[in-house]
Amino acid sequence: MSKIIVVTSGKGGVGKTTTSASIATGLALRGHKTVVIDFDVGLRNLDLIMNCERRVVYDFVNVINGEAALSQALIKDKHSDKLFILPASQTRDKDALTQEGVEKVLNELSKTFDYIVCDSPAGIEHGALMALYFADEAVVVTNPEVSSVRDSDRILGIIHSKSKRAAMGLEPIKEHLLLTRYSPERVKRGEMLSVQDVEEILSIPLLGVIPESQSVLTASNQGVPVIHDEISDAGQAYLDAVARLLGESKEHRFLDLPKKGFFKRMFGGTA
Amino acid sequence: MRFWDYFRTSKPSTASMAKERLQIIVAHERGSHAQPDYLPKLQQELLDVISKYVQINRDDVQVQLDRNDSCAVLELNITLPE
Repeated sequence: MSKIIVVTSGKGGVGKTTTSASIATGLALRGHKTVVIDFDVGLRNLDLIMNCERRVVYDFVNVINGEAALSQALIKDKHSDKLFILPASQTRDKDALTQEGVEKVLNELSKTFDYIVCDSPAGIEHGALMALYFADEAVVVTNPEVSSVRDSDRILGIIHSKSKRAAMGLEPIKEHLLLTRYSPERVKRGEMLSVQDVEEILSIPLLGVIPESQSVLTASNQGVPVIHDEISDAGQAYLDAVARLLGESKEHRFLDLPKKGFFKRMFGGTA
Repeated sequence: MRFWDYFRTSKPSTASMAKERLQIIVAHERGSHAQPDYLPKLQQELLDVISKYVQINRDDVQVQLDRNDSCAVLELNITLPE
């Protein structure tokens, strides 16, 4: 039996696809057979972030409609033989994802995979509901900013009321907060909500804090999930988050400003 | 540092404004989403029935649904005029 993890947020542009790519890659790097599914039908992007856009032949909707076998639609990742991508359809609309169809595909995937990561579209419409409906765990991606926090709270309400686990009265979905684009410098200046502020408002356990980092854009330019960039702070923060997802306890890093050394203090420079 | 702070006009940080606004809106929205969609309509229809017999204001009918673990209680509070 595999574990189904939805990466969701309500608001768009907060880093769901970046996070899905990195978490799925991280799970595979740790030896777990993982598949990451793009639920954003009509606006697929996971294929770009994972650099497999030119290898897409069949997609999720083709499999649901029986136009292709699952094995034909799954794309093997270039870096890890334990990771597969199931791309979204670019031409259909989100209603093509029927609940029965999604369930059938997830059931088939769970026979061979340890983890199924569902990359949710933004919003609270059908596509987002389908992405979270069958989930066992949810990673709620949030920016330290008012509209993102409010939308995260909204999506948490939907997880509580409209998921399969809620509908069937099963044990609730395990929720994780992933705070992205965090800038300790701006928090210190009182310009940005702190981790504690967001934790207090959303009151769900913190999975990780991904610092605002230039490496995220560099990684997406190249189509290499940022978790592969082990030198960057964002890459390390994702590695830590994956370890915590697997049950390890790791201290949170990158929450404070790096201490400036003597030379930096004397001669400036951006630390 | 502390010494110089004394001379600064103490403005609340924008982050604390954000937090305060969020706490209010999130609390409000959590409350309203917990209610089923039919409550306003139920309230309106009750009002229509009662106003056939008694002159009554919209605010005089309160409908509230409280959920406990095992059961839900629909509470009607109707204030009739003197």
